[in-house]
Amino acid sequence: MTATMEPEVGKGRLRKEDARLIAGRTRWTDNITLPGMVHLAVLRSTAAHAKIVNIDTSAAKEMPGVIAVYTGDDLDPEGAIGMPCAWPITPDMKSPRRPVLAQGKVNFAGEGVAVVVARSAGEAEDALAEIDVDYEDLPVVLGLENALAEDAPLVHEELGTNRNALWKFDSGEAGSGGDVEQAINEAEVVLKRRFRQQRLVPAFMEPRSCVVDPTAPQLTMWSATQIPHILKTMSALTLGIPEHKIRVIAPDVGGGFGGKIAVLPEEIMSLLVAQKLGRPVKWTESRSETMAAAHHGRDQIQDLTIAAKRDGTVTGLKVELMADMGAYLGLVGPGVPILGAFMFNAIYKIPAYHFACTNVFTNTTLTDAYRGAGRPEATFGIERMMDELAAELGMDPMELREKNWIKHDEFPYTTVSTLTYDSGNYEAATEKAMQLFDYEGLRREQAERRERNDPVQLGIGISTFTEMCGLAPSRVLGSLDYGAGGWEHAAIRMLPTGKVEVITGSSAHGQGHETAWSQIVSDQLGVPFEDIEVLHGDTQSSHKGLDTYGSRSLAVGGIAVVKAAEKVIEKAKKIAAHMMECSEDDLEFSGGKFTVKGTDKSTGIGDVAFAAFMAHDLPDGVEPSLDSEAVYDPENFSFPHGTHLCAAEVDTETGRVRLRKYVCVDDVGKVVNPIIVEGQMHGGLAQGIAQALFEEAVFDESGTLTSGTFADYLLPSAADLPSFTTDRTETPSTTNPLGVKGVGEAGTIASTPAVVNAVVDAVRHFGVNDIEMPLSPMRVWKAVHSGEKAAGGPGAEAGGGLGSIDATHGGAQ
Amino acid sequence: MRITVTVDGTTYTDDVEPRTLLVHYLREQVGKVGTVVGCDTSNCGACTVHLDGHSVKSCSVLAVQADGCEVTTIEGLARDGQLHPVQQAFHDNHALQCGFCTPGMIMQSIDLLADNPSPDEQAVREGLEGNLCRCTGYQNIVRAVRDAADHMRPGAGPEAERVAGDAGSRAASSVGGGGE
Repeated sequence: MTATMEPEVGKGRLRKEDARLIAGRTRWTDNITLPGMVHLAVLRSTAAHAKIVNIDTSAAKEMPGVIAVYTGDDLDPEGAIGMPCAWPITPDMKSPRRPVLAQGKVNFAGEGVAVVVARSAGEAEDALAEIDVDYEDLPVVLGLENALAEDAPLVHEELGTNRNALWKFDSGEAGSGGDVEQAINEAEVVLKRRFRQQRLVPAFMEPRSCVVDPTAPQLTMWSATQIPHILKTMSALTLGIPEHKIRVIAPDVGGGFGGKIAVLPEEIMSLLVAQKLGRPVKWTESRSETMAAAHHGRDQIQDLTIAAKRDGTVTGLKVELMADMGAYLGLVGPGVPILGAFMFNAIYKIPAYHFACTNVFTNTTLTDAYRGAGRPEATFGIERMMDELAAELGMDPMELREKNWIKHDEFPYTTVSTLTYDSGNYEAATEKAMQLFDYEGLRREQAERRERNDPVQLGIGISTFTEMCGLAPSRVLGSLDYGAGGWEHAAIRMLPTGKVEVITGSSAHGQGHETAWSQIVSDQLGVPFEDIEVLHGDTQSSHKGLDTYGSRSLAVGGIAVVKAAEKVIEKAKKIAAHMMECSEDDLEFSGGKFTVKGTDKSTGIGDVAFAAFMAHDLPDGVEPSLDSEAVYDPENFSFPHGTHLCAAEVDTETGRVRLRKYVCVDDVGKVVNPIIVEGQMHGGLAQGIAQALFEEAVFDESGTLTSGTFADYLLPSAADLPSFTTDRTETPSTTNPLGVKGVGEAGTIASTPAVVNAVVDAVRHFGVNDIEMPLSPMRVWKAVHSGEKAAGGPGAEAGGGLGSIDATHGGAQ
Repeated sequence: MRITVTVDGTTYTDDVEPRTLLVHYLREQVGKVGTVVGCDTSNCGACTVHLDGHSVKSCSVLAVQADGCEVTTIEGLARDGQLHPVQQAFHDNHALQCGFCTPGMIMQSIDLLADNPSPDEQAVREGLEGNLCRCTGYQNIVRAVRDAADHMRPGAGPEAERVAGDAGSRAASSVGGGGE
C-alpha cells in the first residue's frame, strides 16, 4: 500500500484531462458516427414575428439523399409538446408554450420552422433551400420599454401582455431591514442612475450537437450539454418517454458558460425523429445557428437609487429592473435576474433595500443563464453606484467601500436580503490587491496626466465583489419556486486491485473535475492520485446528479465525494478490525492505513478492499463491498469575494481603451488545485472584460440579429486582452468540510464594473458619468467630446466594440 | 474529383465533391475528428491544420486544393508516443480547459514558432489573433507558447513535420529554425 503523505488538496497538479485533448483524441458529440445514422438540418425563421401562412416541403422531399422533411405539425400534430421551463418565479408568471418547431407563427428570427432528414449533413443542408415558407409579418416587439408600453403589440397574443412576471423583495416587508422609501426621503444624498446590461452571447467554442440512437431498448442521447441528468428527466417529462428508457451522455463538451444549460427543441426533435425512423440521427449546428438560436445572456435595464449620508454611510438601495426574456422562457431563464436580488447589497451593510424585477417578452432570441447569471448584473449595478456615490461625495471610492463593507470580525453576517455570509475578509483581500496594484502610484500618475492635459488619460476602477454560489440548498431553491433541489451525488467503487472509481453527478465541460476529484479522494482514502478514475456525464454510470452550473461542482459535488469516501472508510473499518482482530474503536485511519492505536500493526485500505472482494472471511452481517454513495445537500451557499483593480488608459483623441493593469485578489476559500483556480480566474476575467469593452448581441429594427457571426460579434482574441495579475487570500468557508467556495464565475462577476469604473474615472473630468457597454472607441470618444453624461445608443451595431460605423437607429432599445 | 493527400503520414486517394472543404474531408472521409469546426466564417481557427507545413484554417481550403499536399493534424504531431513540445507545453502550463480550441491553437502556435522561434508576449498574442478561446483568457496559452519556444530552439517548421524517412528520429535540433 502506497501512502500519500503529502496532501493532494492544495497541490498544483497538472490535469489528467489534457492527455486526450492535446492529442486530438476527443469525443465531441459531432465526432460520433453510428451505423445507419442520418443527419438533421433545421430551417430557421428569417422573420422575427410572423404568421406562418403555408410551408411547402414537397420540393425539399425530392432532393437527393433526403429521407424526410417534417414541420411542427408533422412532429406534434396535437400541439401538445412544450419546451420546459423549470423556474416559475411567481404563481401568476405567464408561460407561453414553446413548440419543438414553430406552429402557426414564429416569434423570433432563428426559431426552427422545419427539419430535413438526409443521408448526409450536406444533403440535409442543401434541401433547406427548397422549403418554401409563406410568412405574413406581424409587428415586431423589441426593447424593454417598448414592450411594456400601453399600446405595444404583443409577442404572445394569448397571454394578453408582454409582462412575464413581476418579482419583488422588500426588506421592510421581510423584516430584514428598514423601509427604503423612508431611507430615500431622509437621506442627505440621493443618487439615481440607469444602467444597461447589454445582451451577450455565451459563445462556447463547441457548437451544440446531439446524437440519438433508438436501436437499443434504452434510447441513447449524446448531447453537448452541461446537464445530462436534468436533460434525461426533462426529456422523459416532455415527451412522455418512460425515464428508464432514456440514457443521456455528455461526452467531451466544449465549454458551456451557462449556454448549455438547456433542454433544446433540437434535442427533443432528434428524439422524435429517431423514434419515427428507427435510425440513429445526428444534429450539429453551425456557428451562425448558435448565435441566433442558442440562448443569450444578460439584457437588463437597471434603475438604481442609492441613499446615503454625507459621510458616505449608505442608508438604502432601491433596485428596479426590467429583464428581457426574449420570445420564450428558457429552462431557468425567468429566475436568472432574480438571483441578482440577493447580490445588489453585495459586501455592504445596507439597512434598507428594495428589489423589483419585471421580466418582459420580446421578439428576440430567448435569454437564460450565462456565466454568473444574475450576479454579474447585480455586481455591476452596485459597484458602479459605489463609484458614482464616491464621485458625488468627493470621496476616494475605496474609502467609501471600506466605510460600508462588513468587517472581518462581523461574520457570520446576515444581509438585508436575508442571506447569511459565513465567512470573508474584505480587508485582507483589498490590502493585498492595493499593494500589488500600486494604487497610490497610479493615482499620482492619474493626477499628473490630468494636470498636463495628456491626450491619454488614466482611470482606476474598483470592484469589491462577493457572490453567492455553490447552488444550492434545496430548501432555499424551494422557497424560490425552483423546479428541482440543489444536492449532488457521488459514489466510490473500491476495485479488488486497490484502484478506485469515483462517480460524480457533476458534469464537467472544461473545469477539470477528473483532476480535482482525484486529489480529494486521494487525501480522503490515502490512495495515489494516479489510481483514481473519475466517471461523469453518462446517466448509465453516473445515474444520479444535478450537473454543473452556478459554481456548484466543488462546493456541492466535491463535498458529496468527501461524504462517499467517509462511508467507504466506515465500511472498511469493520473489516479491518476483523482482519486485525481488534475493536473498531482501537483503529485510526490515516494515509490509507488502518493502524491499531499505540502499535505499528496496520492494514492498508487496498488490502481491505481485496478482503471484501474475496469475502472469505468477513465479520457477520457485513456485506462484501466497500462501495459507497452519498448525496449532499449544502446547508448554505458559498460566498467567494475579492478585490479587483483595473487601470485603464483612454485615448481621448480616438476613444480607444487600453487596459494598462488588472490586479485581482480573490478569496475562494480553500483551494484544491491552484493551477485550475488560476485558469478559472483568467477565463472569467476575459469574459467579464469582454462585456465591458467588446461584446454585444444586436438586433436591427426588424428583429434580425446583426451580430450573428464571429465576424460581427467581437469575441476577444489574445491580442485584445492584457495579462492579469491574480492572487488569493484564503478564508475557508465554514459550511462545508473542505472549506471550499466556488470559483467558476468569480472573474466574470467581478471584472465588468472594474473596467467600466476605470474608463469613467479616466474621463469623468469631461463631465462623463457613464458610458454604455460595450465601451467601444466611438462611444468613449463621443462621451469625451460631447460631454454626454451617459453616452450610449450609437455604437449599438454589429461589431460595436470595434466602433466601426454609426447606426443611430440600431440596437434593441 | 479524385485527390491524393498525405495526412499525418498516410497517403489517401479519394473522390470528393468539388465543394468539399478540407476540414470536412479530414473529419468525414479520413476520420481525423481531432480537428474540429467551431464557426462558419473562418474566425475561430479551431480547424487549423498544416498544409505542407504551414498553418491553414481547413474550413477555408477546399479538399481539392490539398491534392498532392501533405497535411498534418493535431493527431499527427506526436512521434512514438512523444508529444510535440508545444503539446507538452500546453499541458505543462494549463493552457487548455474544455480543449475544443486546443488542436487549432497548438497547430497555429507551431506555425508561429516556426516564423519566430523566440516571440515576446505581444508577438505571441498577435500570432494567435486568428484563433479564439473562450475558456482560458489566453494568459496560459501565451505562457505555453513561450515555454515551448524555450524547449524547442531552434524551432519547429515544415521540415520538422516531414514524416517520410526519419520517422521516430524527429529531432528538432536537426532542423533549421525558420519555417519560411
